Amino acid sequence: MLSATYIALIPLLPLASFLLIGLLGKRYLKMASGPIGTLSLLLSCALACITAFQYFFQAGRVNGVFEKITVFKFAWLNFSPNVSIDMGLVLDPISVMMILVVTLIALMVHIYSLSYMKGEERVSTYFSFLSLFTFSMLGLVLASNIFQMYIFWELVGLSSYLLIGFYFDKPSAVAAAKKAFIVTRFADLGFLIGILILSFHAETLDFTTLISRLSTPGSPWLLSISSASFMGFSLLTWGLVLLFVGGAGKSAMFPLHIWLPDAMEGPTPVSALIHAATMVVAGVFMVARMFPVYALSCPAALQVVAWTGAISSLFAALIACTQTDIKRVLAYSTMSQIGYMMFALGVSGYGGENGLGYTASLFHLFTHALFKALLFLGAGAVIHYVHSNELSKMGGLRKHIPITHITFLVACLAIAGVPPFSGFFSKEEILMASYQHNFPIYCIALFTAGLTAFYMFRLYFSIFWKKELSADSHAHGEGGFAMMFPLVLLALFTLGAGFIPFGKFISSDGLPLTSEVHLGFSLIPVLLSLCGIFMAMAFYKKESTLPDKAATVLGELYKASFNKFKIDEVWLKVTKGFLFGIVGRFAAWFDKSIINGAIDLGASFAEVVSDTVRMLQTGKVQDYAACVLAGVLSLCLYFLYVWM
Amino acid sequence: MNSLFLIVLWPALSALAILLCKGAKQVRTASLVASAIQLGLTLYIAFEYYTLRRAGDHSPFMMQSNLNWFPQFGISLHMGIDGISLAMLLLTSVVVLCGVLVSWNISYLTKEFYFLLILLSMGAYGFFISLDLFTLFFFLELAVIPKFMLIGIWGSGRKEYAAMKLALMLMGGSALILIGLLGVYFNSHTSGGLPTFDLLKLSVVHIPRNAQHILFPFLFLGFGVFTAIFPFHTWAPDGHSSAPTAASMFLAGISMKLGGYGCIRVACLLMPEAAQYYGPAIIVLACIAILYGAFATMMQKDLKYINAYSSVSHCGFVLLGIAMFTQTALIGAVMQMVSHGLMTALFFAVIGMLYERTHTRMTADMSGLLKIMPFLGTVFIIAGLCSLGLPGLSGFVSEMTIFMGSWQRPDAFHRIATILACASIVVTAVYILRAAGKVLMGPISNEHFRSLKDAAWNEKLASVILILSIVLIGVAPFLLSGLIRPGAFEIMKTIANATVLN
Repeated sequence: MLSATYIALIPLLPLASFLLIGLLGKRYLKMASGPIGTLSLLLSCALACITAFQYFFQAGRVNGVFEKITVFKFAWLNFSPNVSIDMGLVLDPISVMMILVVTLIALMVHIYSLSYMKGEERVSTYFSFLSLFTFSMLGLVLASNIFQMYIFWELVGLSSYLLIGFYFDKPSAVAAAKKAFIVTRFADLGFLIGILILSFHAETLDFTTLISRLSTPGSPWLLSISSASFMGFSLLTWGLVLLFVGGAGKSAMFPLHIWLPDAMEGPTPVSALIHAATMVVAGVFMVARMFPVYALSCPAALQVVAWTGAISSLFAALIACTQTDIKRVLAYSTMSQIGYMMFALGVSGYGGENGLGYTASLFHLFTHALFKALLFLGAGAVIHYVHSNELSKMGGLRKHIPITHITFLVACLAIAGVPPFSGFFSKEEILMASYQHNFPIYCIALFTAGLTAFYMFRLYFSIFWKKELSADSHAHGEGGFAMMFPLVLLALFTLGAGFIPFGKFISSDGLPLTSEVHLGFSLIPVLLSLCGIFMAMAFYKKESTLPDKAATVLGELYKASFNKFKIDEVWLKVTKGFLFGIVGRFAAWFDKSIINGAIDLGASFAEVVSDTVRMLQTGKVQDYAACVLAGVLSLCLYFLYVWM
Repeated sequence: MNSLFLIVLWPALSALAILLCKGAKQVRTASLVASAIQLGLTLYIAFEYYTLRRAGDHSPFMMQSNLNWFPQFGISLHMGIDGISLAMLLLTSVVVLCGVLVSWNISYLTKEFYFLLILLSMGAYGFFISLDLFTLFFFLELAVIPKFMLIGIWGSGRKEYAAMKLALMLMGGSALILIGLLGVYFNSHTSGGLPTFDLLKLSVVHIPRNAQHILFPFLFLGFGVFTAIFPFHTWAPDGHSSAPTAASMFLAGISMKLGGYGCIRVACLLMPEAAQYYGPAIIVLACIAILYGAFATMMQKDLKYINAYSSVSHCGFVLLGIAMFTQTALIGAVMQMVSHGLMTALFFAVIGMLYERTHTRMTADMSGLLKIMPFLGTVFIIAGLCSLGLPGLSGFVSEMTIFMGSWQRPDAFHRIATILACASIVVTAVYILRAAGKVLMGPISNEHFRSLKDAAWNEKLASVILILSIVLIGVAPFLLSGLIRPGAFEIMKTIANATVLN
């Protein structure tokens, strides 16, 4: 049955491999570091599968409801008698699903990297960072305590920083890594303050207790936090919204998304693992983790989640249509798809049929992880082949790299929502949920679905069709077995994952939820997607002037999209212009001139006084005699005056 | 005679032994052995402490010994430790050992250098175990004067200016402390009997409130100068940057902690009512130091200035944690002292090592060093990550403990102060990553740097010791917080009683 020992091994194996490769890799295990990392992940993935099987089919369900099982925990840092950070592992449907996703994708990426990173000087560093990331991500999803989640949340941020900046002699990579870390750190400030607010009133940091205290109507803790208010909103709203800010930063939601496209500077397998499949969905996971509180006690905060998600999904899709760097297009599409997951959570209610959005969101998280990892790994194979990220350097690759071509096509069809690929099913559920609960968001989602199909196939046609490359310019063939195996496996998963009856396992209240595809309802989105695909085909299958004409017609909109709506520049104004340029410079000036000046002034004053006093000590006898004489005379005068 | 005396006796003996040594090599070896033994001694004291605690000894101060010195003035050689002072002793012995290791290449007046360094450490050890205000002050002074010479003789840059500034400002702080201590002394027999300097006797005496109001600022500000309280922090950047590496490590790692420890142990404990009264003012100063220090750091171009200003910011957390007057925040403040001590010592050590090789500390002149010196680069990054509060390293747990403790004060003033302090961790991330990006990453700008050697054995050993301590606290914070808790509990009890009186 579920045993703490081997469940703990799931995150601990990658940790062990991190320590081993990180400390000894460079000198002794350079060649072995890849296989060691992969092996530890293979074991951990197998254990995750066993755990998932046991949880979903044997131990997890108690009286028909999936329970939260705390496998073990110990007090790590006590703050006050009831409030402490406990390190623990908790199993519930979403964490079990996440360990499956994380270990599976990480395993694929490890295998892929064995070939992709061959010949890299610092390969042991690379694999140790990957292991560190996997450990942190697993710790994050298994966290039993909100502070534990925050701790691992920061650690995944660190591994993301290290891996984005892996090629640290490239200034752009260093800048991107820095940006990613700082933007998410800024967002995490919200997370931290959110934790402070919620834990103060709930008097606990433990997830299970926290959620039950804050979601039970009429509980004293809930009363205390909802009755306290700040600037017109209850502290509960503040706490939950701030928590979400942290999630929005990690999940690259508008307007905190600016780090994600730049993060593509990292090695491509890293983008697949961290910036597509796992770390960036941490925000979704966190809202899902706290979902009962959001849904039952504070629908207002959930509205924020919904609209942030919807706006981000549309916004990113618009930008993705005009970018020319293959990885950046994928990055914006990631942001757009995470937007889907967010607003699916945002429109969802709690329990029964109302909870469709919750199930749909996590279903989409699951399918997206598979097909987006596939897309990135495919993109990696393409980049490996043409040695460039730019779409203009590609074209006609379908004959040169056939396996990559087919698997990429599968992933594109999935993300476009074409049946029977997995993306279709999860997207259908999301659309259904938003249709039932929030019609404006449904419209946005529908439009975005069409855009998604368009820009994904723009990418597909530009890479694999469009123009013919001369055969001899790229003599070497497709990547080796280690690169192709993950592609094929993920493509198979992408084909099959849609048929998993997801609602049976994951639902807002733990009860099974059955959902079927309604043919009539699916018609519009599928037609829209096909429209998008055909339009992309007309534009990009052969070299044509249509794209340029369209750009001229759209004019400003095209330019705005191409310039990413200048959000980066706005942020730069605030940070570099105001905070560093004005506040920072003022602080440095103030310190140097005013404070230090005052101290130095005091010192010079003392110097002046002492110099003046020293002048009296001239060392000349005549001067002293004159002084004595003057003294005697004045004394005489004084006494004369007194006596007279 | 109990084992605690050895803690101050041993440095005195080893300082004498160093004077008797011949040649630089002997001096180095003797200092290394002496400070290693000192670390062992401290660990033994810790062991003894735990044994006593486990045996059920719950007295606030353990291993006490009391020798009459000037009975007619109420002065005695009273020593004892609680968890807080034990934490400080451990910090001191680790930092001193590492300081000895990184100074391995000092060739000018080696004997005198090590003699002064050990003398400084003696002052710190004595300070942390004194339970008599007079001896406490004596040891505090002992920890000031050698610094003047260390900076003035072995320093770099504007060393005379820096040495003078540091010595004068710290002396000024000591003068304030002395006034405060005399004031406390003469108010210690209001209920009859002889006046006393004994901390334990004083802690049960109630000093009249108006006397407290006058004396508290003297003591708090005086100790505050040591811990670089705003606006008396300017000795820190100049002093740190001119000091030789080991002195910088001592200065930031230990000397700044003398101040924090004094604020807690003397000022707040003896005058709890005044502490409460001035609490908000201290919080304001602390918040200014935290944010202003962080922003000022961002504009610095010299690595040592960066670390010095960031120390101002980090020590602001200590003061904030103290002035919040909750047990959790106080534990956090002490944890932050230990954490900052180790982290900043590591930072100064690695900056010193880089300086020794590149002969520059300007960030603009360095680039891509990680590729040439992977070990030193990694150490730099770890120190930086600790400074920006990454989980798994000591900075995170101490800052979070302070935040959690501060948040327990539910009024708007304390809340805003806490939020401002939280916000500073973002600024910290900015300047740390900028510095690391500039110095370590990017293309190699200076071809001469290609031939530089990575760390030598002594540098590696020092870094590893400091990193291990940082990681130990970061991964198992319950060890440190458990050690501090009883002492913090006693102090908070006194302060809470004062609230009742108010």
